[in-house]
Amino acid sequence: MTDLNCDELVELVTDYLDGALDDETERRVSDHLAGCDGCTTYVDQIRQTITTLGSSPPVELTDVARDALLAALRDAPD
Amino acid sequence: MREQPELPPDAELVARLRGKDEAAFALVLDAWSGGMARVARSIVSTHASADEVVQDAWLAVIQGVGAFEGRSSLKTWVYRILVNTAKRRAMREGRHVSWSVIPGEDDTPTVDPARFGGPGDQFPGHWLAFPMPWPSPEQDILAGEVHAQVEAALAGLPERQRVVITLRDVEGYSSDEVCSILRISAANQRVLLHRARAHVRGRLEEYFVASAVSDVGTEVRQ
Repeated sequence: MTDLNCDELVELVTDYLDGALDDETERRVSDHLAGCDGCTTYVDQIRQTITTLGSSPPVELTDVARDALLAALRDAPD
Repeated sequence: MREQPELPPDAELVARLRGKDEAAFALVLDAWSGGMARVARSIVSTHASADEVVQDAWLAVIQGVGAFEGRSSLKTWVYRILVNTAKRRAMREGRHVSWSVIPGEDDTPTVDPARFGGPGDQFPGHWLAFPMPWPSPEQDILAGEVHAQVEAALAGLPERQRVVITLRDVEGYSSDEVCSILRISAANQRVLLHRARAHVRGRLEEYFVASAVSDVGTEVRQ
């Protein structure tokens, strides 16, 4: 079994974080990360990217739209 | 932001919505409309048309809740209606959204191959220079600017990638839920998510590297 290269690892990150890799490939990724600061930083940055996306400012329905929809529910045919 | 109380279980919600219970409808409206608007924005061209899509989707929910069979969660069913409404709207706007992966799309590198050693280098396939670590979030006083970079990065993505990353990473849906909402395979979903995340990371990297360079420039001038 050959070691992974960094350019291979960066293409496995999403499957790795989703737990979607087979056991053998997951072990190769973990082994590579244990010895590679560059790829460890890369995976951390993907995690930071996900965290940043998840903390996006909320979007809200306008009060006008909300009131119109509540009225539509009232007026809906039975 | 409105308070987000815990929602009742689906069976209760569905029964109350069928009974035109306004309080129950207000609960789901307030809980889900923001996320729905964000997903709609990832598919149609303007925020205004996204807001209309959200309203049209809710109207379809009001009309269709009697036929809801409970084979998915209520929220997934509502989001599926939203996505279908948005796709129809996008088509009317002349934006074609195709949901399958374009052949060849998943085998091009997501990181510039020039960042890695070539066949003649000492370590082929390994980083020539490691990625520069980013400031940790608590150090980052420019969170607003970072979010602006993320928004710009999302805007630059192909629709399918943008919808998937919006559902997964912005709205926090699981892989299974996203597949169910968009009716795509898990493999397809991961390819789209992978390319989208790499793109957004690349944009943030450019931003942080440029900020670090300008910080150094400031220090030199002082």
